[in-house]
Amino acid sequence: MMNRLIAATSTFEGPAIQWFKISPILALLGGALFLILVGSLTPQWKRGWYATASVITAITAAVLTGVLWNQMGDDKSSTLVGGALAFDHFALFATFTICVAVALVSLVTNDYLTREGEDGPEIYGLMLTAAIGGVVMVSANDLLVLFLGLETLSLSFYLLTASSRSRTQSGEAGLKYFILGGFASAFFLYGVALLFGASGTTNLQSMAKVFAGEVAVPSNNGLLLAGIALLLVGFAFKVSLVPFHVWTPDVYQGAPTPITALMGSVGKVAAFAALIRVFMIALPSRIDDWRPAILVLALLTLVVGSVLAVIQTDVKRMLAYSSISHAGFILVGLEAASHIGHADAYLGNSSAMGYLFIYSVLVIGTFAVVSVVAGQGDNATTLDAFKGLGKKRPVLALGMTVLLLAQAGVPLTSGFVAKFGIIRAAVSVESYALAVAAMLAAVIAAFLYLRIMVSMWLSDPADDAPVVVSKSIGLAITLAVATTLVIGILPNLLLEISQAISF
Amino acid sequence: MFASAEMTTSSFPILTMLVLVPLLGAVLVSLLNKKHGEWVKLAALVSSIATGAMSVWMLVKFPTGAAGFEFVSKHSWISEWGISWHLGVDGISLFMVVLTGVLFPLVIVGIDPHHDHKSYLAWMLLLEAGVMGSFLSLDLFLFFVFFEIVLVPMYFLIGGWGYEKRVYAATKFFLYTMAGSAFMLVGIVATAFLARRDIGVLTFDLVEIAEKANFATGTGRWLFAAFMIAFAVKVPLFPLHTWLPDAHTQAPTGGSVILAGVLLKMGTYGMLRFGVYLFPQAAIWAKPVLLTLAVIGILYGAIAATMQKDLKRLVAYSSVAHLGFIVLGTFAMTTQAITGGVMQMVNHGVSTGALFLLVGMIYERRHTRQIAELGGIQAVAPIFAGFFMIVMLSSIGLPGLNGFVGEFLVLIGSFETARWWVVVATIGVILAALYLLWAYQRVFHGEPSDDNKSFPEITLREGLLLSVFVAAIVFTGVYPKPMLDRIEPSVKALIEHVEASK
Repeated sequence: MMNRLIAATSTFEGPAIQWFKISPILALLGGALFLILVGSLTPQWKRGWYATASVITAITAAVLTGVLWNQMGDDKSSTLVGGALAFDHFALFATFTICVAVALVSLVTNDYLTREGEDGPEIYGLMLTAAIGGVVMVSANDLLVLFLGLETLSLSFYLLTASSRSRTQSGEAGLKYFILGGFASAFFLYGVALLFGASGTTNLQSMAKVFAGEVAVPSNNGLLLAGIALLLVGFAFKVSLVPFHVWTPDVYQGAPTPITALMGSVGKVAAFAALIRVFMIALPSRIDDWRPAILVLALLTLVVGSVLAVIQTDVKRMLAYSSISHAGFILVGLEAASHIGHADAYLGNSSAMGYLFIYSVLVIGTFAVVSVVAGQGDNATTLDAFKGLGKKRPVLALGMTVLLLAQAGVPLTSGFVAKFGIIRAAVSVESYALAVAAMLAAVIAAFLYLRIMVSMWLSDPADDAPVVVSKSIGLAITLAVATTLVIGILPNLLLEISQAISF
Repeated sequence: MFASAEMTTSSFPILTMLVLVPLLGAVLVSLLNKKHGEWVKLAALVSSIATGAMSVWMLVKFPTGAAGFEFVSKHSWISEWGISWHLGVDGISLFMVVLTGVLFPLVIVGIDPHHDHKSYLAWMLLLEAGVMGSFLSLDLFLFFVFFEIVLVPMYFLIGGWGYEKRVYAATKFFLYTMAGSAFMLVGIVATAFLARRDIGVLTFDLVEIAEKANFATGTGRWLFAAFMIAFAVKVPLFPLHTWLPDAHTQAPTGGSVILAGVLLKMGTYGMLRFGVYLFPQAAIWAKPVLLTLAVIGILYGAIAATMQKDLKRLVAYSSVAHLGFIVLGTFAMTTQAITGGVMQMVNHGVSTGALFLLVGMIYERRHTRQIAELGGIQAVAPIFAGFFMIVMLSSIGLPGLNGFVGEFLVLIGSFETARWWVVVATIGVILAALYLLWAYQRVFHGEPSDDNKSFPEITLREGLLLSVFVAAIVFTGVYPKPMLDRIEPSVKALIEHVEASK
């Protein structure tokens, strides 16, 4: 018995691993381990060093991703690690976005931690861990691997959300997020199990073959449909689609502001990319079953997100609802992509990914300004706190105005390029009604951004509380605004890249 | 007639400069230090006057009798999407460009915003760049960019320098227009994609689409409607006009003058350039509805104006009526009517711009716009009253002044193709005389009350400013030929384009 076991293990051959192709994950992993190890083994470093390490890690991973992208050229996509991970432009683009987001958020976090007097390596370690989870999610080619990534990401987020020891809301938000997130993970996992039951595999490509009827496996229709539904619920929770969005405002408001920025960027990119990949690769034969669900979710998300955003009085809650509304826009892209067979359907994926990149930068920039205004204690996030910002810090207010106008989709900003891309994708597959609905929701949402601008420019300061902009957060905001304007005026830079995005 | 073969390319990219100079001026103004107030003003002045001078130079160089687009400049911008920086000017846009170029320096020189000059001037210049771009764009995407970008400076101008309910008015203005644009954006993208079938490549080029694309009847109507909603909000056409009285009343004087002078014309201009030119069949089909809305606007605007207690609101409602005439002319679809409409765009810009200027001056002096609190001003400020009288008569459409020429051409030109609408619209002409003369009587005639006794006479600066407007009013009224000669060929070409599509 024992001998047989040993014999069996000794003949076990691990999959061939192309180390360089997973180097972005390895870089992030190395950075995360380094920060956590160093943090526990060395005396406290000077302020800012941990953030620097985090930024360097993220940039290294981003550069490696870029190198891989160039190497890939026009090659067809492949899989890595025995089919567990996909290696394609889609995954690389999402990975790049995540790395950029982590680098920017690290700059914001440095300012936040310094201000709150708690500069430690754990936060950065967790952020990098979240990024690893995100990268695994966007490249997962197997539902179980996807789940691993999802949990890595989510667990890091729960901890990060609850990481502020001085604010009780932070702990409350962390707990809420944890419990509801646990529910969602359970739904997701149940969905995976049912799909496995229906197809006998968790690999996305094999699954697609089974469902398309190419492989003679008795596939069970009931299990399949229930599996799709549960999977969609899990995803819908993670990307906060209406009606699975109720946790978002509470968690966004309660979490430390830089962490909110991280959730709005990395969390959205990872979950959306995974959602798009799973549905487009594993379930294309069932499009007629899931497209109506996407359509309804998109409409609900757009309208409810925008309308509820307008009536908030706390800026972090406003932006939480606005992020929901943006999620609706991205879903419109997925809806367009789902018209498989249409010559222009490919525009859906690339526009959704372009939107995610642009939105990530925007949301980090916006929350960076919110973090600055929130000040010591991270509490001044009501609309009133923004009053008179234009008089106190005109340059900061101008930067925020650019970011808000971009979120509203005003031309010559990246936000317009993003929206235009989505509308273009929707119109090209003749989803006119959805396109109009999305644009009208954007108009409702514009009111919210106008409210913040009114507070900043057209009201007198409520108090003399100084607004301090440190170097690192100033750099983050400058980079975000510059990206917003450059992409807005010269969209070719991004379009040429996102044109190439495919599975 | 619009074919590209006729295009002339000038070595000096004057149209691009018309957009870039105010834009750079805005950037420069916002970079200068607030402490050097004179430098800020000088920068704003130089860039706006330079733009004005270039627009006049362009007018002089514009070949009379040419129907196609002149001074064209075309560069690829977003090649992935088939979008180019394509600017050009023809008889329809020519005078709007000149009006924009001349009006802005006048407003910048003549009207004092009272506080925070730097931001005010920066927004003004950005607004000028946006308006210029809207009138010059020959690319659907580019046009949309300018059309939308105009909202931002106008929003801040109303919100930052306006009166009591400025934030409400500014927000309403922004959201109304943006909601209209939402339809247009989808319309623009759909137009480009559907036109691709006929053209072969994806392009947003206006001329290319208009000349080569053939939309199915139903499709064309939907697309036309999508564009029209945006323009109808902008004009504004009844029943989408409700943002206008608020925006006008709350805007600072400079904002009102620009709003009435050129911003509203972006709607009527858009109807001609993008509605009728791109979708002639749909325009013919929608004619009865649009004519009816235009006539309702004329009557409703006039009746509402009669009822106003606030002088500025009265002028705002008179705009609704006047713009109705322009839309009437546009969709009557005869050369005369459209020429009259284009002319009326300019005339309304001059006379209503001047009216808002005068109302602003009254407010400066009396800090009220309520007609009931004014009265007898003619006795204490006769020159001021004289200016008001001339401008008002031009707005009524007195023969010999500019308003008459445009209105008359619209009515004459529309009579054949839209007889009954014209009959009703003519009542509007009478009503215009009623509300304006009645307002004049209440504000200027009678014995001045104690508050009005010290009403200061016009200052030299104000007088010079108004003289420019009055000169334009009288010159156009007496000798409209040079203007008509330049507008008409392009309008004729447009009509031929419409006829050919039947």
